Amino acid sequence: MSNASTNTSKKTDEVAIQLNGVHKWYGQFHVLKDINLNVQRGERIVICGPSGSGKSTLIRCINRLEEHQQGDIIVDNIELTGNLKNIDAIRREVGMCFQHFNLFPHLSVLENCTLAPIWVRKMPKKEAEEIAMHYLERVKIPDQASKFPGQLSGGQQQRVAIARSLCMNPRIMLFDEPTSALDPEMIAEVLDTMIELAETGMTMLCVTHEMGFARKVADRVIFMDGGEIIEQNEPEEFFNNPQSERTQKFLSQILAH
Amino acid sequence: MSAETAQNARGSGGASLFSDQRFRSLFFQALVIGLLGAFLVFIVYNTAHNIEKRGIQTGFAFLDAAAGYDIAISPFMEYTATHTHGRVFLVGLFNTLLVSFLGIIAATFLGVFLGVLRLSPNWLVSRIVYCYVEFTRNVPLLLQILLWYAIFLALPSVKQSITMFNDIIILNKRGLVLPEPLPGDGFMLVPIALVVAIVASIFFARWAKKTQAATGKIYPVFMTNTAMIIGLPLLAFAVTGFPLDFAYAELKGFNFKGGVVIKPEFTALWFALSLYTAAFISETVRAGIQSVSHGQTEASEALGLRPSWTMRLIILPQALRVIIPPMTSQYLNLTKNSSLAVAIGYPDIVQSFGGVTLNQTGQAIEVIFITMLVYLTISLLISAFMNWYNNRVSLVER
Ligand SMILES: Nc1ncnc2c1ncn2[C@@H]1O[C@H](COP(=O)(O)OP(=O)(O)OP(=O)(O)O)[C@@H](O)[C@H]1O
Ligand SMILES: [Mg+2]
Repeated sequence: MSNASTNTSKKTDEVAIQLNGVHKWYGQFHVLKDINLNVQRGERIVICGPSGSGKSTLIRCINRLEEHQQGDIIVDNIELTGNLKNIDAIRREVGMCFQHFNLFPHLSVLENCTLAPIWVRKMPKKEAEEIAMHYLERVKIPDQASKFPGQLSGGQQQRVAIARSLCMNPRIMLFDEPTSALDPEMIAEVLDTMIELAETGMTMLCVTHEMGFARKVADRVIFMDGGEIIEQNEPEEFFNNPQSERTQKFLSQILAH
Repeated sequence: MSAETAQNARGSGGASLFSDQRFRSLFFQALVIGLLGAFLVFIVYNTAHNIEKRGIQTGFAFLDAAAGYDIAISPFMEYTATHTHGRVFLVGLFNTLLVSFLGIIAATFLGVFLGVLRLSPNWLVSRIVYCYVEFTRNVPLLLQILLWYAIFLALPSVKQSITMFNDIIILNKRGLVLPEPLPGDGFMLVPIALVVAIVASIFFARWAKKTQAATGKIYPVFMTNTAMIIGLPLLAFAVTGFPLDFAYAELKGFNFKGGVVIKPEFTALWFALSLYTAAFISETVRAGIQSVSHGQTEASEALGLRPSWTMRLIILPQALRVIIPPMTSQYLNLTKNSSLAVAIGYPDIVQSFGGVTLNQTGQAIEVIFITMLVYLTISLLISAFMNWYNNRVSLVER
């Protein structure tokens, strides 16, 4: 199907997310400037860029954790407006993982995973628990199910957070720097989980500075600066032959480490 | 015992016993207990000696003696000057319990309300609450009690009473006069219906929880139960043909006769205690809600949970843990602060039993001892309840 250089790509022609001329301001501050972006179903996108460039804001607009003020965002053929029904519908289809995991500390790992299926999908508890165990096995921590988040390592917590999102059976996953709060030895386990997820054909938008991950799984790498999309390309092209000066500078800084 | 052998095995051997951590801590504990005991023995001996030397009467016989003075407020039991000091104790105790209980309830509702308003994104609302809290917290409670009392005493005299709703409600400097409810035949069915409704609510809540676990269906438990608890007694009231009459107060001579009178001493104390404590509670509630990071709300909403569920399932359970321990001490403070009643003559236990009875009988040790025991008991009961509640909401973590 795909014409991308990576042969594992599951990209299709169906559109999953569409952003047309999106603008956002925080008061006077123009955070997102005329963002145009089409994401195909099954496509894996990595977003990078310097701190404060608006990467988090961009992906948080997609599930309405932030409100955009101008332009259209269409997710899964549902337009994102002030309509609460649409917002609910989109949030059910879009999973999100945060930099600081944001697990619910008063609930066990299993309860973290079953909460949304039970309350949002109105699923019987037993069924929700079976699904939760299935995904906890997939992220390789079924034995931690009865523990509380505070008892787990950072890497384990982030994997629980991924499992928690997957329990809602989303069609799109958003990641906001999922590994940047982790120690190096834990980054690998979370990235492995994400790579496996990518292989299942999940549509993924991932803000990360893990360039190895980007090379391995991304269909497209997007570089943002000052609230604008400066450059986007397939990973090989992006890393080997960056077009804009700002991208070159950013890459040299990040690869210097 | 095993710890001891372990200690020896570690081989501190015959070295200085005093450098042994366990021995040292035992030694100091024993020393403190010994000194405390000696001090107590000295006090008791000294007091007993002095009492005997001055011929002061001791013992609790005074509780059966006639009190010989009036108490203006005794809503729960009959009291006249011919009743005993034991009865005074009960009247005072119930008055303390009444104002504390109503104070705790009012302060909790108002405090939670203000705490939430304080977090309002509306600048004016949050500023107004801020000013209220800062003013109330920083003016001594005694002054606030006196202020409210002065306000109520500045109301018109009996002759110029403010009347509302065709003379049904009457307000003057002697208090607020309300019609007295006179339950007729069959009225008992109403409280019975209330109890039935409460029991049914508990069962319904359990059933709904089980059904949700089994089938996933979610019932509006809160709405249903509220409707049941309000509706069922109303239904019983209607079915029995509204068996409730009222006795209205009438002006006879210099005062109103009949009706229920709520005295300004009570109202002033209740207002001041509630408003003062509510300010502290609102701060506690605000801190509790703010202690739950915004990330929790975001994670919950990203999973598709509605804001009301997010509040109930994610924010509140975490905020309550932070709120409850300081809330307990606010309840204890309110209860103990109610003893400031003495300043405006509300006959709580300190004003009546601990004040007038003590002065009349001169048996200070017994009276103070009993009064202290009362506060200790109330406080311990409140603490026990709050700890039980805290354990329920905090369950397990880490
Ligand atoms: N709630 C807010 N109010 C005002 N300004 C904000 C708010 N959130 C973010 N900003 C500003 O918007 C800009 C973009 O923020 P954003 O979090 O999207 O950046 P980012 O690219 O994710 O950066 P980082 O790599 O540090 O996470 C930043 O300059 C930030 O200061
Ligand atoms: Mg960010």
